[in-house]
Amino acid sequence: MHNKNERLILNSDELRRAITRIAHEILERNKGAKDLVLVGLHTRGVPLAQRIAKTINSIEGTNLPIGKLDISLYRDDFIGRAKPIIKSTELPVPIEDQVVILVDDVLYTGRSIRAAMDALTDFGRAKSIQLAVLVDRGHREVPIRPDYIGKNIPTSRNEAVSVRLEEVDCLEGVTLAPNPGLIINERSDGKRGLED
Amino acid sequence: MSPHAGIPSLKPLASNRFDERKHVLDLDDFTPGEIQLVLDNALAMQEVMGRSVRKVPALRGKTIVTLFHEPSTRTRASFEQAGKILSADVINISDSASSAKKGESLYNTALSIQAMQADIIVVRHPHSGSTNFLARHLNSSIINAGDGYHAHPSQALLDLYTIQSHFGDIKNRKVVIVGDILYSRVARSNLWGLTKMGARVTLCAPPTLMPPDFINGFSKDHPFKSVSVTHNLSEAIKDADVVMALRLQAERQSKGRLPSLREYSRLYGINREILSLANKKVIVMHPGPMNENVEINTEIAHGPHSVIQEQVKNGVAVRMALLYAVAAANRGGK
Repeated sequence: MHNKNERLILNSDELRRAITRIAHEILERNKGAKDLVLVGLHTRGVPLAQRIAKTINSIEGTNLPIGKLDISLYRDDFIGRAKPIIKSTELPVPIEDQVVILVDDVLYTGRSIRAAMDALTDFGRAKSIQLAVLVDRGHREVPIRPDYIGKNIPTSRNEAVSVRLEEVDCLEGVTLAPNPGLIINERSDGKRGLED
Repeated sequence: MSPHAGIPSLKPLASNRFDERKHVLDLDDFTPGEIQLVLDNALAMQEVMGRSVRKVPALRGKTIVTLFHEPSTRTRASFEQAGKILSADVINISDSASSAKKGESLYNTALSIQAMQADIIVVRHPHSGSTNFLARHLNSSIINAGDGYHAHPSQALLDLYTIQSHFGDIKNRKVVIVGDILYSRVARSNLWGLTKMGARVTLCAPPTLMPPDFINGFSKDHPFKSVSVTHNLSEAIKDADVVMALRLQAERQSKGRLPSLREYSRLYGINREILSLANKKVIVMHPGPMNENVEINTEIAHGPHSVIQEQVKNGVAVRMALLYAVAAANRGGK
């Protein structure tokens, strides 16, 4: 991993097993794969949705539709957190009367999921919306809870959870590191330390 | 336009970083990366426009004022629709209905609009440099929707977007800009945009409608050094991927610089014969409004090579991307 203070929480095998378990739980809860649509949130929710769909397809012999959602235009904290690049939003099928499984990597304040639900509503009235996340790190600021969780990681707000996926990062694993916003640099005096 | 006495000190104009894009006055201060970002985001905006519910809440609670001191159909409507799809409140002020009719100066009108807490003011004005002047003296973001014959950046961006959507890229495409370049803000902003994106640009106009400092071409240290200049259309149009016809700006006296419209049309009008010299897949663009059968033949304007209606459609998406960029830059600013 990238630095000494970063702790490995899930390695690639554990990550794979977590995804397989989520796939099984989705099938169990929905009594099969009928009317399911998986929708990944950019960036890492998209490959996660693809992996979950692939697992479900291999179990059920289905070919689940997979969508992508960018929530930049729906954020309530647009003024403070707008990201300059808006990625593509694609829903391959009408979501009317479908069961939409939203997929994201880390669930934290819950605000992106609120925005994602607003975005989905603009596309139609789904039969239900369920939420699958790889990591739940707590600290919710809105009443949202996940339906499927890869791993619960108790964190403090000063810690950063990093999910790395082959498709995006050329690496696999979930890590926890102290203090987002503080990057560990080689200091000019040669000692390792925290700097802004 | 002289600065008023007692105006607060000059504010810095737009910087090079996207997240600090406060004003859009011309494309001269855009980096190629920033232009590409607007084009990429316009693609996402196009997707929003294709939905059955064409509305996203991104600019909810923001106020956009369009202040037009010159007639316009497309640009004003386009900015208005862009703002409304992004959920901003849009107020339109046009010359005939504003206090300008009573003799109020542009500065005082704009100050009042700012006092009503407009976040973004979209300005069109017959004087070149008027939007730069407003940007220096107001806190609101200024988007130039055409100032005299200086600049029309949103038009240039939508032209770039249209070229990119047709060919997949802009770099090394041969673009011929034909007609009244002297009075054309569209040509000037396109020169910046196209050269920054690596297109091969040729300007073609009768010598009387070519800016005097363009006529002999550009020196090696000029930002437009890659641009060639000619008055011979059949030479210019050879292998062109894009032909951009410009409107003959009759209201800016361009008529007085020509022997007759008929002769102009014969030598510089885009017709089937001249177009046959271009690349087979050539696209023909026009910023509108057209003088049909002057700078472009009806047959071409509505023919298979024409992308003129597409330009109008793309204009909304590109202006959404611009408004989004400027609003994002304003975060926590005031």
